[in-house]
Amino acid sequence: METKNIMIVGVGGQGTLLTSRILGGIALHAKYDVKLSEVHGMAQRGGSVVTYVRYGDKVAEPIVEEGQADVLIAFERLEAKRYAHFLKKDGVIVVNDQRMDPITVVTGAAEYPEGIIEELSEKYKVYSVDAMAEAKKLGNAKVFNIIVLGVAAQHMNYTKADWLEVIEKTVPPKTIEINKKAFEVGYNL
Amino acid sequence: MEKKIMLGNEAIARGAWEAGVKVSSAYPGTPSTEISESLVKYDGVYAEWAPNEKVATEVAIGACISGVRSMCCMKHVGVNVASDPLYTMSYGGVNGGMVLVAADDPGLYSSQNEQDTRAVARAAHVPVVEPSDSQEAKDFMKYAFELSEKYDTPVILRTTTRLSHSQGLVTLEDRVVPEDKPYERNPAKFVMMPGNAKGRHIYVEKRELAMAADGADMPINRVEMGDTKIGVITCGIEYQYVKEVLPSASVLKLGLVNPLPKQMILDFAAKVDELYIVEELDPIIEEQVRSWGITCHGKEIFTVQGEYSANMLRKAVLHEELDLETPAQVPARPPILCPGCPHRSVYTVLKKLGIHAAGDIGCYTLGAVAPLNVVDTTICMGASISSLHGMEKAKGKDYVKKWVAVIGDSTFMHTGVNSLMNMVYNQATGTVMILDNSTTGMTGHQDHAATGKMLNGEPTYAINIYNLCKAIGVANVVEVNAFDTVELERIVKEETARDGVSVIITKSPCVLLKGNVFPNKCVPIPEKCKKCGMCLRPGCPALTKNEDGTIAIDETMCNGCGLCKQLCKFDAIQTEKK
Repeated sequence: METKNIMIVGVGGQGTLLTSRILGGIALHAKYDVKLSEVHGMAQRGGSVVTYVRYGDKVAEPIVEEGQADVLIAFERLEAKRYAHFLKKDGVIVVNDQRMDPITVVTGAAEYPEGIIEELSEKYKVYSVDAMAEAKKLGNAKVFNIIVLGVAAQHMNYTKADWLEVIEKTVPPKTIEINKKAFEVGYNL
Repeated sequence: MEKKIMLGNEAIARGAWEAGVKVSSAYPGTPSTEISESLVKYDGVYAEWAPNEKVATEVAIGACISGVRSMCCMKHVGVNVASDPLYTMSYGGVNGGMVLVAADDPGLYSSQNEQDTRAVARAAHVPVVEPSDSQEAKDFMKYAFELSEKYDTPVILRTTTRLSHSQGLVTLEDRVVPEDKPYERNPAKFVMMPGNAKGRHIYVEKRELAMAADGADMPINRVEMGDTKIGVITCGIEYQYVKEVLPSASVLKLGLVNPLPKQMILDFAAKVDELYIVEELDPIIEEQVRSWGITCHGKEIFTVQGEYSANMLRKAVLHEELDLETPAQVPARPPILCPGCPHRSVYTVLKKLGIHAAGDIGCYTLGAVAPLNVVDTTICMGASISSLHGMEKAKGKDYVKKWVAVIGDSTFMHTGVNSLMNMVYNQATGTVMILDNSTTGMTGHQDHAATGKMLNGEPTYAINIYNLCKAIGVANVVEVNAFDTVELERIVKEETARDGVSVIITKSPCVLLKGNVFPNKCVPIPEKCKKCGMCLRPGCPALTKNEDGTIAIDETMCNGCGLCKQLCKFDAIQTEKK
């Protein structure tokens, strides 16, 4: 199989690491060779963060490069726009329709762009979800990232049972049930 | 055998454990931190946090002299702190095997410089092995211990951010603990005074030549012969980019990157038409290869800065025109202090008073950027205090009363305490602010000598920073809640006005520290809001403006620290129970 390239982008602290580890776990579950690349340290403090997941028969480099991503999972609108050029021509974007102002916008040094989702939709297949609202309905805003993952999972070739099994193995034990519920919400949207 | 997906750093820890390592010491530093955090979970290993990398290296040296396999871990700049014992340990050699893991940071993801550990290793005459993925990280760690014992030398395992923080499949094996080496007194080897060191220097030169000669037979150096039009010499993560772009080219993959296996390289170079050296950061391999009269392509088509990538090689080696979309012009999103971070409160007070801060290494370095703009300097661990002292000695007491040094609790214990001793000893005037958030924050919350907990989670004596400063001889030491801006302002004014050394310890745990609970949240009262923007000035990410100019507070982000409430003159923000 040709190597599949997935990127998860967002704001440090939004849970990109957990999401990439579930994506890595499911590729391993399906017996693929898999590599992940993560960001730790300073950028995790509210900065723009990106993690990469690559799987296939044999994977060499652990990063996804410009023009190579099959799926871009974005936890925030502006971050979707920032990394969209990493997508292949027919790439898919799954975006959490949330606005988080970077400090450059808060201080007035820059303006938050309008119409991001409309603009991205002209070039790519865009699936947008208000995951924060859905997560609040579940009573736990933190699991919005797993709802976004659930939406992305609709565009990947694994069964729901596989996903749930891997989520159970990956997330902290106390949060298994709420994360599984969150995944189901996204998967059925 | 079981296969597991592991971070490069987890694989390094696994390799050390499988190799039978018994003692490990480290100071946290991105991208090396997870090695110790992973290693401590294995049975049969003693793993600790040390106050700094010099101490960690000396702990490992002692363990190895006693006859067991030992290691220390650090980020690249930590190697500078450790270089004193390292340079001399290179002469003394080992008894049990010893490995120093050094994690370089090409691309500066979380560091103050982009130095190349291989350059330090060359200067110190210490061999370096460098893996290319998680599996090799584990395998090379085990091999490094073998090399260490075979050639009587400490060995550096070099990793980079990309390798340390990438995950890949690793085949797990069992732990094999070699028998402890007997300890015999051997001053000629372990007492490095001039007469003994002279003899060991001769040994070091011989050792290096022997390793260079033996390199061709080491399994970690490998020739993958293919099309001979293009030949590539590479190492580390760069090997993966080469395999992506040039799957059929001939490749000499070096696992031993110091000393270089000269004959192996000469033989390989003779077989290929065009030779490329693909190595991130400094031209360490390239300069040596060129010095042997070999023509090659290197830094003139690549770069000494940042990380490499497959696309970069496509352009530089294959001259491919890549049909890529132009990146969108979007506002930057640099890292910032978290909502509820106590550093923000401290900086808000310093900014109000117009005070300059000599800064240090940690989350609080972020006080250098807008909207806080309080930190003027950041150099290395501990430098805030000593550089403040230098300013005072250059410009006098009055000059330094508009300054403070700002340093975290972990960084103070690392090397800041030495600088404070110097201030007391040399009758300085100056105010040192220790921002005590009870953890090593930036690297992901590691304990240290003043937190009361060890790496393994066990409780221990917590060194009291207040008493420590008093014991050094600082006359004026004050503790204050970091969020009490009124009291903090009063204290800063009072202490900076003094002649002599003052220490202000601002106390409030890191907002991300495990077990922290935040009962409150800040809530805006739009009717009272005068849209003045005072509350926005500290740059808390939970605060934004509504379209009508009043303030909105994101309740999922707010930790209820109340700094915005303290700044509002119109009572338009209140704290409520969550």
